[in-house]
Amino acid sequence: MSAPVRPQRVTSLADGEWHRLHPASPLLRGGLALLAVLGFIIANLRERLVDMFLVLFAPDAAPAFDTGSGGFGDDWANDPLGGIIANGLVGWAIAGVGVVIALLVVGFWLSWRLHTFRVTHEAVEVQSGILFRSHRSARLDRIQGINVTRPLFARLFGTAKLEVSVAGQSANVQLAYLGSALADGLRADILRLASGARAARAATAVAAAGTTAPGAAAAAGATTAIGTTEDAATATGAASAPVDAAAPGVPAYASRIHVPAVIGHRVDEFLAPELDPTLAPPESVVHLPLGRVIGSTFLGGSIIWLLILVAVIAVGFGTGQWWVLFSFVPAVIGLVSYVWSRITKSLRYSIAGTPDGVRIGHGLLSTGNQTIPPGRVHAIEVSQWILWRPFGWWSIRINVAGQSVSASNDAAQRTLVLPVGTVADVHRVLGLLLPDAASAIAQVLDAGLTGRSGTGGYSRTPARAAWLRPFSWRRIGWTLAGGVALLRRGWLQRSLIFVPLARMQSVAVAAGPIARMLRLASVRIHTVAGPVTASLPVVDRAEGFALFERLADEAVELAARDTSDHWGARAEAADAR
Amino acid sequence: MPDAAQHDEPVEAAPTVEAPAAASDTGWHRVSPKYVVVEVVGSLIGMVVFVGAFAIAYLVWGQWWWLWGAVVVGVMSLVGIALEPRRVRSIAYRLREDDLLFRRGIMFQRQVAVPYGRMQLVDITRGPVARVLGLADLKFVTAAAATAVTVPGLPMEEADRLRDHLVALAETRRAGL
Repeated sequence: MSAPVRPQRVTSLADGEWHRLHPASPLLRGGLALLAVLGFIIANLRERLVDMFLVLFAPDAAPAFDTGSGGFGDDWANDPLGGIIANGLVGWAIAGVGVVIALLVVGFWLSWRLHTFRVTHEAVEVQSGILFRSHRSARLDRIQGINVTRPLFARLFGTAKLEVSVAGQSANVQLAYLGSALADGLRADILRLASGARAARAATAVAAAGTTAPGAAAAAGATTAIGTTEDAATATGAASAPVDAAAPGVPAYASRIHVPAVIGHRVDEFLAPELDPTLAPPESVVHLPLGRVIGSTFLGGSIIWLLILVAVIAVGFGTGQWWVLFSFVPAVIGLVSYVWSRITKSLRYSIAGTPDGVRIGHGLLSTGNQTIPPGRVHAIEVSQWILWRPFGWWSIRINVAGQSVSASNDAAQRTLVLPVGTVADVHRVLGLLLPDAASAIAQVLDAGLTGRSGTGGYSRTPARAAWLRPFSWRRIGWTLAGGVALLRRGWLQRSLIFVPLARMQSVAVAAGPIARMLRLASVRIHTVAGPVTASLPVVDRAEGFALFERLADEAVELAARDTSDHWGARAEAADAR
Repeated sequence: MPDAAQHDEPVEAAPTVEAPAAASDTGWHRVSPKYVVVEVVGSLIGMVVFVGAFAIAYLVWGQWWWLWGAVVVGVMSLVGIALEPRRVRSIAYRLREDDLLFRRGIMFQRQVAVPYGRMQLVDITRGPVARVLGLADLKFVTAAAATAVTVPGLPMEEADRLRDHLVALAETRRAGL
């Protein structure tokens, strides 16, 4: 390791120096699996071990062992432990186990020692690996989102995992694990660096924070980092010195010595609301009652599958087809666990706007906390399944670059911005996701959610489209508002899709033989991969081509004007004006 | 090989690209008519493989309907080959001031607009038949997989020039994701 690694007693990790992860991270990453394996082996060999110690310490008190296993003491395949004892290899076995444990500990220690990261004003860089070194860096201006997750075990250790997603499949930079408070501070620092906020601003913040009470020292340390990285030469050195003095080793590592204090700290972290009150407005704009979460889950599509599976199992049971049990019960278990995870993840759901993006928190035992910086949302879909219609519930999904397309639970969770909410919730969440176009969208939103046939500023689909879309043709329509294309569609599952044209990748208009016979066409807006597909399935042919031209023109114009990826610099320009 | 002059529409068949500075509208360009050969050779190979498989099956098992299968596949392939010149003529691209338009298809028509600033990379690929004819395929990749714009059958030097031109354009109009 050539780069100098600073001691861990720091309050900010975003100072451009190389840092190490939390010392418990190898244990949390891989060690828990090892412990589980060890526990499993020990639990299974418990009787053998008891016998073994009886043999060792009280040879004449274990007649059962001698008589019971004397016959198969040489049977290595079935009873390796018996074989070891019978052949007098106990010492070798213990030595072998000791060597394995020592190798593992050294391996863990080395992997921790060689796993370093740093945050400069250009990129987040991570070096890792013992034999095969890898060096990964994520440019700050390409950051698509930052997730802080706290699995249950990590929470017990007071640690958190920080994941920086950048565009590209599996290109994410993971910092697993960091101290809980440090992870939150680092997230804020990375976002502030990425926002393009200028050094002068940060330096004044440092000066202001340096004079405040020690309670605010963590925040002050966070701003120090920007000062040191952005503008190392000038006054920042002087500015950061009093801050360090005012904050002698704030939370995580330094308090390790005082055991009661550390326990109190853990309890505080466990009970504290997921959104740190100093980093975000304290109240979420959406409140999810428990009843709605459970009700919506049971009225979702999964409940139909559950009913079908239960019916199949019941029929199989009735007719004596026992194989049905073996093939369908696992499916039921999987479905139930999916429903359960959906409910637990929706508990303590919160969404709030911060200066550095939309913050979404969720989870009861394992908590997750995701920040989407401004200008990173490529498409939004507000949808309502038919069984949700009587209750007026809607859910919101988004396309974000870098989130895996795979249907893995984790990725699906991250693209689900609002699990279930009312129309008022939808208004508020859209206001957060599309802040620039919020007022323009609010006027056409209600017509887009439930309206039909050309109401509220949407286009009217010609009646001949009923040949292609017999149920939903009245719903299908489009409009443009505030630089966002709105596509309304769907009957069984109503949906309204928003595409900010500044982030449209390309647009296509297509027509097959039948559509051409009916003088129809379909328009599709291409965005980065995700759960939302922005397409208008049928539209009058001439209108479709006009829409195509209009989208292509406006996309170019809006993309040239768009500055939301440097939101901090923009806010500063607005302040200066 | 049909020459450019034989086209009934006033479309430039051998396109030329101006210097990167002048990114004004160039009108629709067709791909090289020689690309018909590439498509026909591909279709012929497919036809020979399928018809041959049916013929062998007929010889081995001796059931008459294998022969009918061979005839149906052969006729369908020949119809497809007959339509090939029209299909190739339907492939066209157009460099506008701020975006690239691409269209193709007679039965299933599709037209795509890709803003230059959205291009992540430009890829040139050449198959064996295309290489003999001096042709290349130019593929545009954006952050969206669905964009799927591949201009086939460009003369090699033309493809190189177009690639450089587009890269230069994308550089000047670079936007975020």
